[in-house]
Amino acid sequence: MRYNLFDHTADLGMEFFGGSGEELFLSAATGLFDVITDLEKVKAVEKVSVSAEGIDGEDLLVNWLRELLYFHQVKGMLLKKFVITRMEATSIEGYAKGEFFDEKRHVIKKEIKAVTYHDVAIEEKDGQWMARVVFDL
Amino acid sequence: MKKKKKGSFVSERTSGNRQKSSPGGGQEIRLEKLDDYRWLIPRTGGMRVPGMIYSSEKMLRHISLDQSPKQVANVAHLPGIVKYSLAMPDMHWGYGFPIGGVAAFDAEEGIISPGGVGYDINCGCRLVSTALQVNDVKGHMGGLVDALFNQIPTGVGSRGKIRLSVADEKKVCLEGAKWAVKNGLGAAEDIEHTEEGGMLAGADPSAVSERAYERGRDQLGTLGSGNHFLEVGLVDRVFDSSMATAFGLHEGQVTVLIHSGSRGFGYQVCDDFLYKLTRHVKSLSLDLPDRQLACAYLNSSEGEAYFSAMACAANYAWANRQALMHLSREVFEGYLGMAPRDLQMRLVYDVAHNIAKKEEHLVDGVKRTLCVHRKGATRAFPAGHDEVPHAYRSVGQPILIPGDMGRSSYVMAGTERAMEETFGSCCHGAGRLLSRHAAVKKAKGRAIYREMEDKGIIVRAHGRSTLAEEMPEAYKDISDVIDVVENAGIAKKVVRLRPLGLIKG
Repeated sequence: MRYNLFDHTADLGMEFFGGSGEELFLSAATGLFDVITDLEKVKAVEKVSVSAEGIDGEDLLVNWLRELLYFHQVKGMLLKKFVITRMEATSIEGYAKGEFFDEKRHVIKKEIKAVTYHDVAIEEKDGQWMARVVFDL
Repeated sequence: MKKKKKGSFVSERTSGNRQKSSPGGGQEIRLEKLDDYRWLIPRTGGMRVPGMIYSSEKMLRHISLDQSPKQVANVAHLPGIVKYSLAMPDMHWGYGFPIGGVAAFDAEEGIISPGGVGYDINCGCRLVSTALQVNDVKGHMGGLVDALFNQIPTGVGSRGKIRLSVADEKKVCLEGAKWAVKNGLGAAEDIEHTEEGGMLAGADPSAVSERAYERGRDQLGTLGSGNHFLEVGLVDRVFDSSMATAFGLHEGQVTVLIHSGSRGFGYQVCDDFLYKLTRHVKSLSLDLPDRQLACAYLNSSEGEAYFSAMACAANYAWANRQALMHLSREVFEGYLGMAPRDLQMRLVYDVAHNIAKKEEHLVDGVKRTLCVHRKGATRAFPAGHDEVPHAYRSVGQPILIPGDMGRSSYVMAGTERAMEETFGSCCHGAGRLLSRHAAVKKAKGRAIYREMEDKGIIVRAHGRSTLAEEMPEAYKDISDVIDVVENAGIAKKVVRLRPLGLIKG
C-alpha cells in the first residue's frame, strides 16, 4: 500500500502510487480503508464482489472508490484485501475481503462521506502511476 | 509529476478539465472594489454575468488564498445565470460552487446543478426558544448536556431509534417535517415556523436510488458528525428589541440551536446525480471550467429528476431536524422534570442553507421564475413577503447564523435590499479558516474540551479529533461576517446567542 495524505480546506486529499494501473487501484482501495480504520484489527473473512465503470480513468477510479465506500457506509463493512480480476480502460471487476464492523474490536479513525471529482487526476511517468483524489469528510 | 503521459487510464477528455480547474494555477481573479462591502469580478472569457462578493478588506485576505473567487467566476459560466454569481462573506472553497455561493438561473433557459447545492442537501439550522432563563439551568448544564449526548445519536454513521421502512421513507420524502409531526414528533405550529412549511413541493420518491433509501433507513433523528451540533445557549445581547420580541426572544433566555441535514440520504442523492450528470453534461456541449459543475437544464428530464430527488432529500432533512428538536424537548422535560407547558420549547425558525428552490424574483422590473441555488447560504426574505410566517411578516424572516463552538451565533432578519441584490439570500455561518488537518495539528497537546470548559462551555463529542477539527480557531470570527452583511444592508441584526453547552458528532 502506497499513499500520501495532502492538506485540503475542509477535507482530505490522498495521493496513491503504483507500478501499474492495477497496482494504483489496489493502493487506492487499501489506502482508503487504512484511513478509515486500523486494518491490523480487521480479518479478511467476508467476501464481496466489486465492479465499476467510468467514462475515463479518473471517473473509473472515483467510481471504484465509491463502490468500496458503499460497502462500508451502507453494509457496515471494513475491507482490507482487494483483488482485481479484470481491468480495462473504462471498467473494472474484482472482489474485496474484510468483515463487518464490530465496535468491540474495531476503530473508526475517520468518517469519509464521499469521493469527489475535485481535481481528480491520474498520471503516469516512466511506468510509475500516481493518482490524486479528494474525499469529503 | 509535472508532465502527464497518455496511458490507458489517462484520457484526452480529462486533460482539458484538469488544466482548467487545477489548484493554484489558472488565471488570476481580479476584484474591483465597489464599496467597503461589495467586490465585483468583472465579466471575462466565458462568464455570462459578473461575479459579486460581499466581503471586507480584512476578510478578503483569507479568501483570496483558497480559490473561492475563481469558483465564483466559474459559476458565472453556467447557462441561464441571472444578474450575478454571488458569494457571501463566509465564503470558502467548495466542490464546484464555493460554499457561501448564491446563483439564480432562469427556470426555462437555465440549469440546475448538484454542485450548487452540496452533498448535505438541506443542511440547515433550527432555533428553539424556551421559557427558561439562564439562572434556571446554571449548575445543571453538565447533566443536561450529558443527557442530550446520551439520548441523541451523534457521530460517525450514527443510527437512530427511528427505523423506517422504504414505504415510510417515501412518505418522509413527500411530506418532510409534516410527516414527523403527524407521527408524534412535534406540534403543528412547528410547521408554520419552518422554511417552506418543512415540505418542498416537487419531490418524487421514484427519482431516488435504492442506495439512498438504504443509507437513510436508520438515520432519521440523528445529528451526524463533522460540523453538526446541538447547542444550548442563551440570548446574551439584543440589538433590536421590537424585532426580538416578534421572534419571541429576549435577553437571558435559554435557547437550543440545531445544525444538521439530510445525513447519508442526501449524500447519496448528490453522489448519484453527480455520477449521472457528469455523463449527461457531455451531451450538452457546454464548456465547463470544472467537472464538478456538472448540471442539466432545469426543464429537461435529467434536471427535473435531480430537482425531484433533491426535494426528497430536503424533506428528509426537515423531518430530521424536526425529530432532533422533539428528542431535545424530551430530554429537557425529563432532565429538568418540567412539563411542556412550563418549558414552552417553541420553534423560532428552521432555515435551509444547502438547497435549490424555484422562486419568483423581480429582475430588472420583470417578475421571473428562477431556480435559486444557495450553497452555504441562507434564505433571507424581507418583511411583507408571503413566504415569511405570519407572526414575523412585519419584521422579516429570521436568519440563523451559527458561529464556531466557542464564540457567538446570531439571529438576523431579511431585508428588502437582500431581495433586490441577492435573491433574498444571506450568509450561513463563520466559514472555515483552517483545514481540518491543520486544525488537528494546531490542537496537538492541548485539551480543547478543557479550554472550552474554562470558557464556561460544556462540550460532549465522540473522539478528540472532532473537537480539534472544530475548535474555534479553525473558523473565521463570526462577528466579521455579521458586520459585512449588516453593513451591506442584506440582513439586520436582531440578537446574539452565546453557547452554554453543546453536543457534537
